[in-house]
Amino acid sequence: MADRVKILTQHVNVPGIETFEVYRKHGGYASVEKALKTMSPDDVTEEVKKSGLRGRGGAGFPTGMKWSFVDKKSGKPRYLVCNGDESEPGTFKDRYLMSKIPHLLVEGMITSSFAIGANLSYIYIRGEMMYVVRIIQKAIDEARAAGFLGKNILGTGYDLDLHVTCGAGAYICGEETALIESLEGKRGNPRIKPPFPAIAGLYGNPTVVNNVESIASVPYIVNNGGDEYAKIGVGRSTGTKLISASGHIKNPGVYEIELGLPVDEFLNSPEYLGGSWKSDKKIKAIIAGGSSVPILPLELFLKNAAGEPRLMTYESLSDGGFATGTMLGSGGFFAMDEDTCIVKNTWNLSRFYHHESCGQCSPCREGTGWLEKVLHAIESGHGKQSDIDLLVDIAKKIEGNTICPLGDAAAWPVGSAIRHFRHEFEWHVANPKLAAEPGAVYRA
Amino acid sequence: MSDTTTKKIEFSPEAKALVEKYISKFPEGKHKSAIISILHLAQAEFNGWLSPEVMDYVAEILNIKPIEVYEVATFYSQYYLKPQGKYVLEVCRTGPCCLRGAEDIIEYTCKKLGIKEGETTPDGMFTVKGVECLAACGEAPMMQVGLDYHVDLTHEKIDSLLDKFKLENKVSRAFP
Repeated sequence: MADRVKILTQHVNVPGIETFEVYRKHGGYASVEKALKTMSPDDVTEEVKKSGLRGRGGAGFPTGMKWSFVDKKSGKPRYLVCNGDESEPGTFKDRYLMSKIPHLLVEGMITSSFAIGANLSYIYIRGEMMYVVRIIQKAIDEARAAGFLGKNILGTGYDLDLHVTCGAGAYICGEETALIESLEGKRGNPRIKPPFPAIAGLYGNPTVVNNVESIASVPYIVNNGGDEYAKIGVGRSTGTKLISASGHIKNPGVYEIELGLPVDEFLNSPEYLGGSWKSDKKIKAIIAGGSSVPILPLELFLKNAAGEPRLMTYESLSDGGFATGTMLGSGGFFAMDEDTCIVKNTWNLSRFYHHESCGQCSPCREGTGWLEKVLHAIESGHGKQSDIDLLVDIAKKIEGNTICPLGDAAAWPVGSAIRHFRHEFEWHVANPKLAAEPGAVYRA
Repeated sequence: MSDTTTKKIEFSPEAKALVEKYISKFPEGKHKSAIISILHLAQAEFNGWLSPEVMDYVAEILNIKPIEVYEVATFYSQYYLKPQGKYVLEVCRTGPCCLRGAEDIIEYTCKKLGIKEGETTPDGMFTVKGVECLAACGEAPMMQVGLDYHVDLTHEKIDSLLDKFKLENKVSRAFP
């Protein structure tokens, strides 16, 4: 086994790492000392830009660039908000990181807040993870007691208040403007952009919203320099990525991989997912980046349309566009074996998006309901041939026609499932009685 | 005997201290931001659901209009607008959990309790709900009860958890 680069999870299994004392002994909070004492806020931003770090929540937007958009001229207070509303089906890496090594996030928040010039910052965690809120609260209290938060941190003159707060059950609050609304004590309805949060975010003030994993990557970048970070990975996919792996694989869990790892190795090596959960059941399909990204048949996941092996990078997974590719997304990776009914799986995910639509935009509010109902009809043996094209039509009419990307997220799984597994949908329509039986699956 | 219909809704001193703490996290005048946390607390304090009277009480505390509380309470799935069982068993049923047997766990639990999904046992102890992704897909099937996650569920685990809940008869609600 080669030596694997680990920058986020290197110390997760050290006993007591959740405490300030042990975390500090393992080099914790060095980035705060380095940044506050020897760098300017712009220096820190510059290193993050050089690192090539891309937003780890799913969109993959360059983090340093996002920081540089923040309005520093208006004189308004600036805020850093950490998005810990992890809710994309298949994704559980942020929960893992926050509960295992909470101080890494707190350290990243201090260093990053300094970079954008925030004196008040928040970590917003989904309401279901109240036990994680408790863990983070304890870490914040410890950091404050040690002089890393509050007034005049380490005697540098920099002040920062950091608080953890929670949601109450809403996938949509993972969208940054919905999260801001929720943080203001309102329904999580996404805002129309522009203005972007960098200009008018929380309480109308300039705000940066970053994913937990993105923020947790900042200490390494500051300690080692952006160039060192950029050496990890391949091309524009720099650094490491946490992948949450689940479904029909042998070794479910969270893996920190170097971007550029061959997908075949990731899926099949015993070091990682170990292949199918059952030796006599082949993997049929993969959702590589959270439930929103296009589903791919195993063959197209392993190799692109040209027959070249894919890598775990933003570029390689999206090679071929939506016709033959997918997305790295949030790194919520789940595998389905040959006994999985793709129609049922698609219906299940559509039910999720219907449930989670905030209801603001009619294409999404109505469309997600239609998708769920039509898919359920097909799955339960009441579908018509024309329903398959109807689904494609509904998905197309949602996509791109809503304020936030939830509409796209609901449309893509349906479009891709029909694109690659149309035969399963047709089989359901042609064999309604068989299809309606529990556990019914199309077999070639 | 006290008259329950006119019993004043009021947070315990411990809960009041938490309310102050939640409000203190936000800038002056932005106390409405604390509503999400306060509603969690209110639900735990007042019989596990948010009645109109409880919501009005929260509005009073925050000095906002009752409609502003209703708007929030009706949006988020963790707030219950009707009475629930003492233990609400929320089994994740989305994508990966479904692939690893969530439906079977829901069916088994319901059968064992003699109720349908979404219903509450006649003694008011248990409600079973199928809920959407709880971000624990790698430990599927799983469920949330109160503030705790219970993972890698099997029929045997459900059996022993139900026994444990009946014995303890107290839901964990230690809010941070």
